[in-house]
Amino acid sequence: MVALSPVAHGLARPDPRRVTLLLALGTLLLALLSLGTGAAGLGPTELLSALTGEGLDRRAQVILWDIRLPRLALGLMVGAALAVSGALMQGLFRNPLADPGIVGVGAGAGLGAVLAIVLGGLLPAGVAAFVGAHLVPLAAFLGGWVATLLLYRVATRGGRTSVATMLLAGIALGALAGALTGILVYLADDRQLRDLTFWGMGSLAGASWPRIGASLPLILPVLVLSPLLARGLNALALGEAQAAHMGIAVERVKRFAILGVAAAAGAAVAVAGGIGFVGIVVPHLLRLLGGPDHRHILPQAALLGGGLLVGADMIARSLVAPAELPIGIVTACLGAPVFLWILLRRKGGMGL
Amino acid sequence: MKALTLSALLLASPALAGGERVITLGGSVTEIAVALGAQDRLVARDTTSNFPPEIEALPDVGYIRALSAEGVLSLDPDLIVAEGDAGPQQAVDVLKETGVPFVLVPEDPTPQGIADKITAVAAALDMPEAGAALAAQVQEGLAAAEARAAAVTDRKRVLFILSLQGGRIMAGGEGTEAEGIIRLAGGENAATGFQGYKQIADEAVLTAAPDLILMMAREGDLSIADADILAHPALAETPAARNGALVRMDGMLLLGFGPRTPEAARALYDALYGQAGG
Repeated sequence: MVALSPVAHGLARPDPRRVTLLLALGTLLLALLSLGTGAAGLGPTELLSALTGEGLDRRAQVILWDIRLPRLALGLMVGAALAVSGALMQGLFRNPLADPGIVGVGAGAGLGAVLAIVLGGLLPAGVAAFVGAHLVPLAAFLGGWVATLLLYRVATRGGRTSVATMLLAGIALGALAGALTGILVYLADDRQLRDLTFWGMGSLAGASWPRIGASLPLILPVLVLSPLLARGLNALALGEAQAAHMGIAVERVKRFAILGVAAAAGAAVAVAGGIGFVGIVVPHLLRLLGGPDHRHILPQAALLGGGLLVGADMIARSLVAPAELPIGIVTACLGAPVFLWILLRRKGGMGL
Repeated sequence: MKALTLSALLLASPALAGGERVITLGGSVTEIAVALGAQDRLVARDTTSNFPPEIEALPDVGYIRALSAEGVLSLDPDLIVAEGDAGPQQAVDVLKETGVPFVLVPEDPTPQGIADKITAVAAALDMPEAGAALAAQVQEGLAAAEARAAAVTDRKRVLFILSLQGGRIMAGGEGTEAEGIIRLAGGENAATGFQGYKQIADEAVLTAAPDLILMMAREGDLSIADADILAHPALAETPAARNGALVRMDGMLLLGFGPRTPEAARALYDALYGQAGG
């Protein structure tokens, strides 16, 4: 928040490298803070002795290695994936309202999750035992992936992808997925309904090392490789034809951006459920802060998204301890007013 | 006094100990633990555990299907007894990983299921005698209820309404706990032809023609007032509404299928057929 003040005071933009550094430091600080925070009251000093490998009982070790560390890692990954996906989509669609959901990931993943929760019990015993507790994330990921491929297919004619068609087809697909979800909700019993509601509000409580291992190969490449698309997205801001004249392989940029988002956002939604707000707002904050250059926005989005989600998770875990809040509630309750406040402040400053 | 000697025993043999800092997850498990006399050993509960009311003073670790592993561990339990659907699986796995005994109690809303559940909770708490006594008492009560129900010749029709938000009737259909308790009280479920708790059409209510309308006693906006029923076009025309046969009962008592189920069956039977009928 300290880094925001230059925007408020004048039109001068802070040096993007400094912003990146500050964001990295802030995220690191939040990560350490998050490791030392929790209902069990295991503070930083105890954790230091744990990291040096001595003097911790089994309970404390489990809390550190099996609860807090996986949650921290998952929070960073999911937050970064959502924010970078949001930045990619807003760049590609040249629309400030775009978020990862625009390529059908949200609707498809939601339908997949609801299918798994409501009809999971009908699976043959052998399959159920094999998939076990991973059924919901697996179904959510497949649902998101299938929805995106379908939309991409519909919007692509003769090697050209029409972004507008994709947007409209996405609305139709969203409505269809919503209706199917409605049927399943109608069929669901009380327990399944509560599971559905909780899934929709997101949570990092399912964090475990195997789950991180399964989603990392989908998320990490997108985070690392997304800056390669930055030049193309910057050019696309001028329009597709102009970008093509500038020598940008427009269709390739579109394809990579869409598939990248399907992988990263799909994996994020699959492991953490529906966490709104991060994908749409983080890129906006960064644009307000340092301008619209995707070369800076993409890596900064990973940092700010990760940090934001880790911070929100810390609050979700401590506010009603020993219980915890669904994280989607925290991200929206905290983020939305802050975002509004920044918008209003900026408008006022510019008007003067 | 009894609890003291028991704890002395438990301290002497930690491997077999039934736990001195127990967390019960699930309303029925908590209710059984308290009925067994283990209330002093409980250190926390989940959101669904709200009977007896004193239990609500204990810390709440959240909804049973959305537990926080660290939150549960922060209360330093040495035994966790949970209903079979505790989750998420990852949190349960982590809790097991810490070495704290984690007992899952099977779920089955039948008379035998209640007895099995009591026995399982008692075994986890290392109170087999108290468990056997309570199970026997509950089984006796249930057998009496079944006998009473079997003796009914002219079965009255009961409609269970879960909610009446905006005039939409959510009724308890086939295979619900509501149907179970209605049968146990000698009644007949008026809402048939669908599974679970569903919204039913006004015309279906008229066809069902219930003799009694059963609801949960709740606080605030969730409660259904008599005026709501009488103002409802379909419900107002039912025999139940015309005769004022509207019964409210605590939700956990009515649908919990726990130690108080015989009591609920008795109360509902009395409402249907009158005290003298027992």
